Amino acid sequence: MAHDKHEQVDAISGVTTTGHSWDDIQELNNPLPRWWLWTFYASIAWAIAYCIAYPAWPLVSSYTKGALGWQSRDAVVAELDALKEQRSGMTAKLAASSLDEIRQNPELFAFARAQGKAAFGDNCAPCHGAGGAGAKGYPNLNDDDWLWGGSLAQIEQTIRHGARSTSDQGHSGSMPAFGRDGMLKREEISQAADYVRSLSGLPTGNGADLVAGAKVFADNCAACHGEKGLGNQDLGAPNLSDKIWLFGADKATIVEGLTNGRGGVMPTWHGRLDDTTIKVLTLYVHSLGGDQAR
Amino acid sequence: MADAPLPHPLGASADDAPLYAPRKQIYPQAVKGRYRTIKWVVLAITLGIYYFLPFIRWERGPNAPDQAILVDLANSRFYFFFIEIWPQEVYYITGLLVLAALTLFLMNAVAGRIWCGYLCPQTVWTDLFYAVERFIEGDRRERMRRDKERLTLPVLGRKVLKHGIWLMIAWWTGGAWVLYFADAPTLVSELATFRASFVAYLWIGILTFTTYTLAGFMREQVCTYMCPWPRIQAALTDEYALNVTYRYDRGEPRGSVKKNDVLKLQGLPAGDCIDCNQCVAVCPTGVDIRKGLQLDCIQCGLCMDACDTVMTKIGRPQGLIAYDTDMNVQARIEGRPEVRRIVRPRTLFYAGLMAVVGLVMIGSLAMRQSLYLSVMHDRNPLYVRLSDGSIRNGFTIRIANKNLDERRYSLSLDGLPEARIDVVGGDLDQQGRPIVTVGPDQTRETRVLVTDTASRAEDSMPLRFVLTDLATGDTASTSDHFKAP
Repeated sequence: MAHDKHEQVDAISGVTTTGHSWDDIQELNNPLPRWWLWTFYASIAWAIAYCIAYPAWPLVSSYTKGALGWQSRDAVVAELDALKEQRSGMTAKLAASSLDEIRQNPELFAFARAQGKAAFGDNCAPCHGAGGAGAKGYPNLNDDDWLWGGSLAQIEQTIRHGARSTSDQGHSGSMPAFGRDGMLKREEISQAADYVRSLSGLPTGNGADLVAGAKVFADNCAACHGEKGLGNQDLGAPNLSDKIWLFGADKATIVEGLTNGRGGVMPTWHGRLDDTTIKVLTLYVHSLGGDQAR
Repeated sequence: MADAPLPHPLGASADDAPLYAPRKQIYPQAVKGRYRTIKWVVLAITLGIYYFLPFIRWERGPNAPDQAILVDLANSRFYFFFIEIWPQEVYYITGLLVLAALTLFLMNAVAGRIWCGYLCPQTVWTDLFYAVERFIEGDRRERMRRDKERLTLPVLGRKVLKHGIWLMIAWWTGGAWVLYFADAPTLVSELATFRASFVAYLWIGILTFTTYTLAGFMREQVCTYMCPWPRIQAALTDEYALNVTYRYDRGEPRGSVKKNDVLKLQGLPAGDCIDCNQCVAVCPTGVDIRKGLQLDCIQCGLCMDACDTVMTKIGRPQGLIAYDTDMNVQARIEGRPEVRRIVRPRTLFYAGLMAVVGLVMIGSLAMRQSLYLSVMHDRNPLYVRLSDGSIRNGFTIRIANKNLDERRYSLSLDGLPEARIDVVGGDLDQQGRPIVTVGPDQTRETRVLVTDTASRAEDSMPLRFVLTDLATGDTASTSDHFKAP
């Protein structure tokens, strides 16, 4: 190995050599570009400063917290607060306005519907479905058939206090278990089921004794469901003459309901959701199908 | 072997140039002449437009800003004098970009790199920065001498002053940029009193940095190393395009004035070029135009001015370096007549394309509606059975009112004769048709319910929503489907 003090220039590349020569092979002197080197040093300095300022190193049961005390959780909270702050004008208006006032104000109504949709997804969708289409035993909120009433006030009451819920002010009253509790005989239940199907124009099987069924209905069911089976929203008794069936329209399902009773539960949301959220939920659900959604 | 002389590398010869050459500092000399004057005028006009355009007002009424050109990002609107563009009409920008590209191609087909030499921001700002440099530090020779000597306090003072002015120009460049995105007079006063948003200062900072670096330091390297256009331009040019050309048929063989005069008298070959190197001295990219067309040459025309000045001084005709074509140089050598063809298939094609794109854009702009309607069917549930057995579909419609005043629209259906249409939260007119009111320059989203009482066999039927502006009778419509079990 030779070390040559004189600067040699490689003829082909025009680059100076380091002066080192191994078996006549020379090393070109191509140092790192200075901007690269300084960027590299700056990143090292940055990394050290970062480790001091921010949470960086995992410890056995904790981690270094960093001099600035920054936490990702705080950042999320700050963002949420900023969002709340940004919406505070509209939120304050919502809180101060009645349901009818909000509905008359297109801008406020659009805001309430958007908020309501989000709240619906968080709280109501598990039972009623993402689009409020319901399921067996869970009412479809898009249609015009309302167990407890579809006006703004009625919907708000139902959301706030629920039905057959833990709230004293919730809707109560349920379908008794006529069969299980021995109020009706098996045959009477079958007759009543046939009669109920006929009320909404559904076909009844051969040999259905509608006269007997009407008698059973008048004696046992009409008290809640009405003489013509039109239902009673004060008691949550469904309209039996329409085309909408919460649990199903086939005879077996109706017999099952008559035998074991029905009583789906809507929880009380008072205390779990704030007043404004209940308000926007009411407006959203109402816009789906309440009051025929007019 | 320690002190043995290094052997010559295999295959290397004296002709081998290094593969890498460091940048040579360029000191362009001041020059006067026709093209320099054109460049000053273009510089004044282009920079004047850039710096002052945001201050031009354009009255649009109470519900819109009065700035002639405004990119309103917060409200997602773009205002250009009498045109207002919504985000969904951003294809107009695409059209403008297509037009810009075709204009560039056409300029190139007619006279080479006109864009590079006169109009490109890099050229214009670099030119301005050179002017400042010359004004403060003196012309080429003075600057070269000072840069070689030791730094003295007066020289340092000049340098500080130069960079200060450069930074002020750069800062103003960034400052003018942000004015296109907000009301200019308001933003100026906010900036001056440090009440403007951080984003405004950030962008000013970014553009100050880029202007200062690109025009003060990078200069011709932007054109030769960073810009793709020289490469594309070389592929698009043809033998008819006018380019800044050294007429070597007239200039060569070059020689001193006296020597070549003697040679000419003797009837020997002698050119007009006196090899004074003025064309190289004035060149902002440091090329020698006499070597022919080259990638580094931005065709700014300054060498033509320099050469014309010299030719006038020595009493020879101007135009030794001039806008010319390679083909004509060759033609003169071979004694053929010169050909100048600006109108040729290539230019006609570019001009034709520009006309088509321009007409399409003007046509669509003239015929665009001030009303826009879109509709989205509820996905969940697709349909709802009501208590009387009828079927209802929910839709979300969005109405855009591009007028600058509030409008009322009636919504009706086309396609389902027995269906009823309801707008949730909407009013009804005298005939019982739903009415939607949309504020000036706004969109409104509403829920619409369509109920069909008839029982139908098909599970999907086409229907059409028709929106009618009650004030003007303009309509917009859009189609969707009615879903049933």
